[in-house]
Amino acid sequence: MTASAATGPTLVVDDLRTHFHTRAGVLKAVDGVSFTVDKGRILGLVGESGSGKSVTGFSILGLVDPPGRIAGGRILFNGEDLATASEQRLRDLRGNRIAMIFQDPMMTLNPVLRIDTQMIEALQAHQKMDRKTAFARARDALGQVGIPSPEERLRSYPHQFSGGMRQRVAIAIALLNRPDVIIADEPTTALDVTIQAQILFEAQKLCREVGTALIWITHDLSVVAGLADEICVMYAGRVVEQGPVVDVLDQPLHPYTHGLIGSVPSRNRRGRPLTQIPGMAPSPLSLPAGCSFRTRCPRADAACALPPPMAELLPGRHARCIHPHLEAVAA
Amino acid sequence: MTVFLIRRLMQAVVVLFAMSLIVFVGVYAIGNPIDILISPEADQLERERAIHALGLDLPLWEQYFVFLQRALTGDLGRSFAFGAPALQIIVERMPATLELAVAAMGISILVGIPLGMWAGFRPESFGGRAIMAGSILGFSLPTFWVGLMLIMVFAVHLGWLPSTGRGETVEVLGLQLSIFTWNGWTHLLLPAFNLALFKMALVIRLTRAGMRENLLMDYVKFARAKGLSPGRVIFVHVLKNIMIPVVTILGLELGSVIAFAVVTETIFSWPGMGKLIIDSINQLDRPVIVAYLLITVSMFIFINFVVDILYSVLDPRVRLKEMKS
Repeated sequence: MTASAATGPTLVVDDLRTHFHTRAGVLKAVDGVSFTVDKGRILGLVGESGSGKSVTGFSILGLVDPPGRIAGGRILFNGEDLATASEQRLRDLRGNRIAMIFQDPMMTLNPVLRIDTQMIEALQAHQKMDRKTAFARARDALGQVGIPSPEERLRSYPHQFSGGMRQRVAIAIALLNRPDVIIADEPTTALDVTIQAQILFEAQKLCREVGTALIWITHDLSVVAGLADEICVMYAGRVVEQGPVVDVLDQPLHPYTHGLIGSVPSRNRRGRPLTQIPGMAPSPLSLPAGCSFRTRCPRADAACALPPPMAELLPGRHARCIHPHLEAVAA
Repeated sequence: MTVFLIRRLMQAVVVLFAMSLIVFVGVYAIGNPIDILISPEADQLERERAIHALGLDLPLWEQYFVFLQRALTGDLGRSFAFGAPALQIIVERMPATLELAVAAMGISILVGIPLGMWAGFRPESFGGRAIMAGSILGFSLPTFWVGLMLIMVFAVHLGWLPSTGRGETVEVLGLQLSIFTWNGWTHLLLPAFNLALFKMALVIRLTRAGMRENLLMDYVKFARAKGLSPGRVIFVHVLKNIMIPVVTILGLELGSVIAFAVVTETIFSWPGMGKLIIDSINQLDRPVIVAYLLITVSMFIFINFVVDILYSVLDPRVRLKEMKS
């Protein structure tokens, strides 16, 4: 049950492709996504709605529902490829070595089962454990995420908790088996900012203390800025820019990242209108050929009709663009 | 909880009172039982004596008042046709109907829920489609026709099961029951299945809809993300959620099965309350009709009450609201 001793990153996603075969055609929700997360590191996966970030998360756990399926690529977890792993093997890993936290805390807990039931079953699914021990573990996990009088709260039903408290419970469930990787799919989106800050703080602390690798999926750049070590910006199923979070947010290379950052209100640009990215995200069924951002990109020209490769434009900085914002860096 | 109980009890009294008034007036409007009860050859004097004896010479409001006074002491009147207390006649027939209804409910739950779950779990499969097609038949085939077909196939052609009556009964706690004898079971099976068919279709559809809806919920995905086995996800997480609407509807249906087992009881000559009410309506046996309807209403009230309690056991969110009320 301990993490494999294999050297190398905990989780490597390599050229992952998750496609949905619909009547209207093949929907390439995730189309060649690669990234790496290591022990104790936090990766921010950023993008608009529909950019494929949640599907990436579900693909890692093998929880993509039909008609979707993993069409290609590798997901190496401690060296083991999950893309080709059996359902039985995936079930052993889910909630045990790789855990997930969902977006809407009002929906993720089963309304008719008590919290202790829902926590104890997560423990007993992965190891032989009597109820008493499991109950104690569950109680400790609730205490760990800052729920007061956990022993009492364990006997409650989800509707007796507030949204923030429910998300803490969900996080406690994810932590129960001390996983190597936690995938958090916009876990703070449905919460108000003070609760959000508390949860971010706790996530960061846990990650550092326990050495869990964390993938934080969000559309909120300000969340990633304070939390993550690395950032992956996704657009239309692809990673368009990747690098250390401070560098990417300070000097975005890809015009899309540039646009995203420009559309976040900031004190430095007080009073000036926010810049917008023109147009809408393209339908994943009819992506423009070549660079999928070119129809909305102010820098696009004829050369963008060919798909741009992911290239290392600066040390440790990757972007998928022919006309990156390099001049700002040079200046 | 006590407040809830008291409030429910008061509601029940009001409903019973309103019901008795409506039924009394309604039955009065149907026709004059004297025309049926007294032989045409009777002379005027005999006729008037009979009318007076049955209390039919009083104005309606007075008749109702007398009825109400007696009803409060537990006397719902004497049957015109049997000459015995109406209540007693109905209660004598009740075990047969209850037995039939419970057996029918049992069949529809035991068969309907698994089939519905399968149809909801694999809606595109051959099995799932076949189950749904079957449930349409269950809905649309008339009970009397299915009953006749069952008799024809299993009683006449194959000769496996008897077609009429209750068979041997055993007295249990003062009730005559046939579910405790093998012979009784053979008699019970066909009518119970016939009565169950419609409910079974209903249960299948409800369960299937609940299954399909719940499988898409986030909590199912979260349960899977915890690494639970598919069996646990479906039989613990999903089933408990599905049971909430199923229990509600089945509770209400149990009342209607008991009250309206009329057709099945008639076809299979099952000596229950349904057959009694049909006979009583034919003879305009007012006290029996009124008593029957009052008992039926009480039964509905009682069943609804039990369903409410069951519901709160299944759904913790209801429990909290009740405490407040």
